Amino acid sequence: MTGPLGDVWVYLSATPLLWLTATLVAYLIGVTLFGRLGRNPVVQPVAVAIVLLVAVLLVSGTAYDVYFDGAQFVHFLLGPATVALAVPLFSQWKRVKRAVLPMAAALLAGSLTAVVSAVGIAAMLGASRESVLSLAPKSVTTPIAMGIAEKIGGLPSLTAVLVILTGIIGAMTATPLLNLLGLKDYAARGFAVGVASHGIGTARAFQVSELAGAFAGIAMGLNALATAVIVPLLVRLFG
Amino acid sequence: MIAALTILLSCQLAGEVLVWLTGLPVPGPVLGLVILLAGIGVTGRIPQDLRETATGLLSHLSLLFVPAGVGVMLHFERIGTEWLALLAALLLSTWATIAVSALVFVGVARMVGGADADAPEDEGPR
Repeated sequence: MTGPLGDVWVYLSATPLLWLTATLVAYLIGVTLFGRLGRNPVVQPVAVAIVLLVAVLLVSGTAYDVYFDGAQFVHFLLGPATVALAVPLFSQWKRVKRAVLPMAAALLAGSLTAVVSAVGIAAMLGASRESVLSLAPKSVTTPIAMGIAEKIGGLPSLTAVLVILTGIIGAMTATPLLNLLGLKDYAARGFAVGVASHGIGTARAFQVSELAGAFAGIAMGLNALATAVIVPLLVRLFG
Repeated sequence: MIAALTILLSCQLAGEVLVWLTGLPVPGPVLGLVILLAGIGVTGRIPQDLRETATGLLSHLSLLFVPAGVGVMLHFERIGTEWLALLAALLLSTWATIAVSALVFVGVARMVGGADADAPEDEGPR
């Protein structure tokens, strides 16, 4: 691009403002679409935003690093948001205290299922070793999953993508799947979604009820711990 | 909002420092969550400001995953050759995990008679 428009582009590309704003705009488009289409969980705002942004970056010939320089301010908030889960957790504390045993059992079973099934299916279908290792922590929230992947020889940036796809799949399909199983306990439903699909699943659970959201948040936190222990152990045993 | 953000960031910072000092296999923000929960537990109440900021952050939790998700563009080539294995693994494993976790939760809850499936929603301390 040349001329005044080109100059503005060069100027904007050098500041975080452009891609930070673009990230928020893309997400808002996703949220609006979600509202317009009757809050159907199939229209996940996060998925809409990612598709739009990738298209814009490809068309404008912008590298991911340049984009992330701006978008990192949003990415950074994952940390404080994780801490903020203490608030709904406290609000639901009485309910949580009564469910310690079910939670412990569901966590152990769910965490093992997530790792073993993902690794097993991918390996059986001939995925490369790097991809299989990157898949192992896919049910855990992004920053933690990336740390685990790095430790065991996966590709952290691929893991981030697989984690987010897992979240989107969980958010899109959890409600019909749990209805199919005939489960009406919103603590159990929330917990299962949190174990399987971390923060994106938790965001979906909060749309359904605060109870489900609180249990999803706990599950997300606990599964981060459980997977951080289980995955390196399994890799050492079977790797 | 500033006071609430300061609380959240301080807890995260304390969590990161503790992880660094102890070498625990726990992510810093998760330890920060535990620290904040302990703090709220001791005072017995959630400041209005903190509740509003936390609710605001959590109601748009999925936005925070967008920047990392856009990283999919770095992996088009790999996804092009391995898409079937990756897609099957993600779909089946996510469904299996949701089903197993939920069924085990409900099964154990029934066994111990604690949080049974028909328990009324408990809003907890406000």
